[in-house]
Amino acid sequence: MARIIVVTSGKGGVGKTTTSAAIAMGLAKRGHKTVVIDFDVGLRNLDLIMGCERRVVYDFVNVINGEANLNQALIRDKNCNLLYILPASQTRDKDALNLEGVGRVLEELAKDFKYIVCDSPAGIEKGAHLAMYYADDAFVVTNPEVSSVRDSDRMLGIMASKSRRAELAMEPIKEYLLLTRYDPNRVESGEMLSLDDVQEILSLHLLGVIPESKSVLNASNSGIPVILDEKSDAGQAYADIVARYLGEKRPHRFIENKKGFLRKLFGGK
Amino acid sequence: MSIDPEKMHDIRPVLEIRSSTFFVPVLVLYSNDLAVIEQRLQQRLSQAPDFFRNSPVVFDLHELNNNNDEIDVVRLVELIRNAGLFPIGIRGGNDFQNKRASSLFIPVDATQSSQGIAAETPKAAAPIPKPQPIVKEAVAYNAATLITQPVRSGQRIYVSGDLIILTQVSAGAEIMAEGNIHVYNTLRGRALAGVQGNTDARIFCFDLQAELISIAGDYKTSEDLKETVPKKPVQIYLQNHALIIKELV
Repeated sequence: MARIIVVTSGKGGVGKTTTSAAIAMGLAKRGHKTVVIDFDVGLRNLDLIMGCERRVVYDFVNVINGEANLNQALIRDKNCNLLYILPASQTRDKDALNLEGVGRVLEELAKDFKYIVCDSPAGIEKGAHLAMYYADDAFVVTNPEVSSVRDSDRMLGIMASKSRRAELAMEPIKEYLLLTRYDPNRVESGEMLSLDDVQEILSLHLLGVIPESKSVLNASNSGIPVILDEKSDAGQAYADIVARYLGEKRPHRFIENKKGFLRKLFGGK
Repeated sequence: MSIDPEKMHDIRPVLEIRSSTFFVPVLVLYSNDLAVIEQRLQQRLSQAPDFFRNSPVVFDLHELNNNNDEIDVVRLVELIRNAGLFPIGIRGGNDFQNKRASSLFIPVDATQSSQGIAAETPKAAAPIPKPQPIVKEAVAYNAATLITQPVRSGQRIYVSGDLIILTQVSAGAEIMAEGNIHVYNTLRGRALAGVQGNTDARIFCFDLQAELISIAGDYKTSEDLKETVPKKPVQIYLQNHALIIKELV
């Protein structure tokens, strides 16, 4: 049985596409055949992050409209042969997607793939609704600031009432929290919400904290998912997240301030 | 609105009952497929969301009953409420449907229940509620609704009886009950008890951080709640049209 994961947030710019790329790569690297779908029709980004923008011929909308078949549109990743990308159309808008079409494509992908990662667009409108509608699991990407937390909360509410699982009164979507761009220094100085502050509002199962890191921007610019940068803190954080999602127990990292610890050790303030 | 007889003033009149005419939209149903109704209703409402928000509505089952299409009134009412409308009357319903509606505090327009209805004549004003027979029956059905999933930002809950919530109510969520509201967790959203005018309704919560609290229309916003101590269980009730917030010991 394929598992459909939606990476969502409500708010834009919090790291959905970075997360989708990293998670999909992580799952594929661990031997699971995975496809990642860009639902952001009109603002296509995933192909850039995955470094396959030059190989896009057909896209998700073409498949839905029957202008191309899935095999023509799926792009095999150059770093991992178990990972495929289904890019969004850049010339269309979200209205080109429809519930039946998306359902049909997901059903066909489910025959062949173990994990289907849906990279949701920002907002709570049609694109985001379609991305989460068929999901089994939701990775809620949140930044440690109030508007992002509020938007995630709203998105969780929509998933609880407007997803397929909600409408058919099935077991609800499993919701996981991914706290991204976390900076313990700024949390300590009160500029940023702490993990506890966020959890007080969202109270979700925490899959992991991804620290604010230069390696994320570098990875995006070079078109290589950050999880492949095994030396970077963000890359390791995503690797932990994939492991935890697959059922491994790993202690949470990147929450405490290491420098602060040293400072405490030497008695400085 | 009901008024406590003990607080009646001696000289000034406390109330009078006037007759009044209202124009209310009538929702005439031609299909008994709830999914289709919901979809079409959302479509129509989305064309003028501000006009229809919280609008009262009378639903008309005459066409359905002409064709012997059975419909679950309880689920229909829930559907209409979820769409953001307030069902205030049923007409053209059969005996069973009228009974179900009454149990949900929805008045029955008896004048229209048997004969044909001229489609949307402007004179077909909303039925003036005939409370007596309904209230008697309603009390017996005044059940509490239990919520165990978090109430997230943007979600709305409306119940005709009491509302019991075990989880947090997020900022931007709205919970409404015709009876009391109990929140055994943090209340950050808006909570409105006694929305049909029950001044005896109360709100209970474990941690009051609400954006707004209201009982029978009297309200306080978070601005007015600054002095209340967080993380203390409180109850809120109405006394002489003033909201009293009191810690529970």
